[in-house]
Amino acid sequence: MIETVLQVAAFLGLSPLLLGIINRVKAIAAGRRGPSLFQPYFDLRKLAAKELVLSEVTSWIFVAAPVVAVVSTVLAGLMIPLGSFDSPVSFEGDFVVFAYLLALGRFFTAAAALDTGSPFEGMGAAREVGFAWLTEPALFFAFLVLSRLSGSLSFDQMLHATEDGAWAQRTAPLVLTAAGLFIVLLAECSRIPVDDPNTHLELTMIHEVMVLDHSGPLLGLIEYATALKLWVLAAMLLHVVAPTASVGGWIGFGLFLAGLVTVAVVIGVVESSMARLRLLHVPTLLIAAALSCGFAFLLLHR
Amino acid sequence: MSTSRLARGRAGTSWPRSELPEFSPRELVDEINAGVEQGLRVVAYFGAAEGSDIRLFLVLADDAQSEIAIGTARVEGKAFPSIAEACPQVQLFEREIVEQWELEAIGHPWSKPVRRGRSLLGAAPSASGSSPHLPAVTDFYRVEGAEVHEVGVGPVHASVIEPGHFRFQCHGETVFHLEIALGYQHRGIERALATGPDRRSLHYAETAAGDTTIGHATAYCEVVEALAGARVPARGAVLRGIMLELERLANHVGDLGALAGDVGFLPTASYCGRIRGDYLNLTAELCGSRFGRGFIRPGGCGFDVEATLREQLVERLERAFVDTRSAVELLWGSSSVMERFEATGVVPKQIAKDLGLKGPAARASGLTRDARHDHPSGIYRFHQIPVSSADTGDVFARAYVRWLEIQRSVAFLRDQLATLPDGAVRSTVGPLPEDALAVTLVEGWRGEICHVALTDPQGHFARYKIVDPSFHNWSAVAWTLRGGQISDFPLCNKSFNLSYCGHDL
Repeated sequence: MIETVLQVAAFLGLSPLLLGIINRVKAIAAGRRGPSLFQPYFDLRKLAAKELVLSEVTSWIFVAAPVVAVVSTVLAGLMIPLGSFDSPVSFEGDFVVFAYLLALGRFFTAAAALDTGSPFEGMGAAREVGFAWLTEPALFFAFLVLSRLSGSLSFDQMLHATEDGAWAQRTAPLVLTAAGLFIVLLAECSRIPVDDPNTHLELTMIHEVMVLDHSGPLLGLIEYATALKLWVLAAMLLHVVAPTASVGGWIGFGLFLAGLVTVAVVIGVVESSMARLRLLHVPTLLIAAALSCGFAFLLLHR
Repeated sequence: MSTSRLARGRAGTSWPRSELPEFSPRELVDEINAGVEQGLRVVAYFGAAEGSDIRLFLVLADDAQSEIAIGTARVEGKAFPSIAEACPQVQLFEREIVEQWELEAIGHPWSKPVRRGRSLLGAAPSASGSSPHLPAVTDFYRVEGAEVHEVGVGPVHASVIEPGHFRFQCHGETVFHLEIALGYQHRGIERALATGPDRRSLHYAETAAGDTTIGHATAYCEVVEALAGARVPARGAVLRGIMLELERLANHVGDLGALAGDVGFLPTASYCGRIRGDYLNLTAELCGSRFGRGFIRPGGCGFDVEATLREQLVERLERAFVDTRSAVELLWGSSSVMERFEATGVVPKQIAKDLGLKGPAARASGLTRDARHDHPSGIYRFHQIPVSSADTGDVFARAYVRWLEIQRSVAFLRDQLATLPDGAVRSTVGPLPEDALAVTLVEGWRGEICHVALTDPQGHFARYKIVDPSFHNWSAVAWTLRGGQISDFPLCNKSFNLSYCGHDL
């Protein structure tokens, strides 16, 4: 029981910290001191206290979307175990629900963007959805690999599949899967090289442009959902990359949190060492992710 | 060969008004046609009031001969023939004449407003209505179709930049057409300069485009000196060159950083932002203003450089250049950046020529035009800076030309700071002659700046014309987006980095 509570608490409480770490790594790489590690929390508090400005042309979807985004991401996150503990929610076939919970959040965000009627936001929604359907095959091929490895259809066991020496025997498929999932992580969390979370150029944005009209607490919810999503996908990747969960108990839990920090640092390093892709070439990268995971699945059948 | 009757001479000389050849508007148009065919460029084409008539003034530049050619024509009635259809580089000039003098350009394909404001015909409201017409209040080009959508950006932008309205006709991510409507920054500088020179004139020139303070101030001062027949002492001329190159360095370095920032390449973006400050601070050391306000003065310079300061400058310049090199070379070494820069926003050479592009944008498309080389004035007559050019005409070429120019400017600064001549920095400038005209061409960091002054019988400015390089180059930004990706627009735009207020005046 206490494990479940602590897992949920860490998920809900620590995810904005990952954004803080990425920003700090980028600042150091750029020769700056950078904002506090806790800046994302300060930002959330600031946004929560702000006035809400709603456009007259928007409907309930505009208000509902950020709430749906947070709730769906939280629910998805509950299916991901942290460390060697069991995940708070687990059932047969839950990974399908996981994928579509993430899709639900995106659907509402895109619908809210269209709701504003702004040409920018429509453009952003088209891009987001256009890229999302390319990340989905990668995600599902990765699920197939994990499912095949673990012989289970439950996320909890699938993610623990890499623990018992699977890396030694199945190195190639797991490397390919991890690479694919890392690209999915970058794309889904709108990081460089797919999207640039810091840009002010509305014509180049993907995710950011969809939320231009949101303000105050609603914007806070969107940013929180972004942080949660980063945590969820990073945790999933971490299970595949590093079987830290084979170290059991609270030590394993601590190691796992350290692993999440490492993922954030790696994202920061990627972001500070390369430019964004040309928008036309993003699909190529995403298809490469799908192929990578798909090939991993094929390799398992050797 | 040339049967042109245009008066020919060097930029920076003064013509008595009576020596300028007269044409009919039709003949003037023929002169433009013939000149452009021979490889001349239109550097200025504007109207001026002459009693109750309007007179057109044409200035062509012959880069091969280092000469300019001038002709005038009195407008008959309220219309003049247009040649924009055959010679796109005059289209904006003609629209400006239409707007400033309430004339009609017969045969102009699309005579839209250029900027906000009233015509120059007295203080009376313009004929188009009781209120001055506003920018972007016009018919926009539209592409019809079920799958075509229109994206309008600005005039208020997401970042702190100047206002301008951009309208894209898109099919998905592909842009069919981009239309740019400017004019929000129109301050009436030409009208305000028309009664000068007075104490304010120089400041108007310095602020015509704030990031080109030195460039515009130099062009203004050279016009005044040309008219008054004043000579700038050697030391003053060298210091002007030093300031102009420092301005170029600061802006080019800033641009390279901004280009890196636009593609999300953090290292160069952050370093160049800081290094740009280093160069601006060198300018500040010389005159107390990071943009060089107050340094360029008619007759020479407002400040001198002492020996200790000179040594400091050399040392700080070297340090800044070492940093610049390491920051900029990261760009060329990074394949993800090159992938974004190369083949993005291509302006073919012929298009660059037709549109009359200037500065690094023209040189990136393979045109070797540089006023420091083709129409040198001041120190550039004695110390030639090699012209930097590239062939591909894409974002990479525009970035790389800047890098070449940075290196050559630094070499120039080293030489000039080491061999600074002695003597005064400023001479006195007498009153201006009556009824005279002078044209100057100065290569600012963004390209060739053209100032034309025409004096009245009292020796005041009757008409003062400023042509900022942005005036020509904005049409190239629209061109680069033809068939391009809308998401590449910020990058293409930044690779030109044009001035809004320099266009709007």
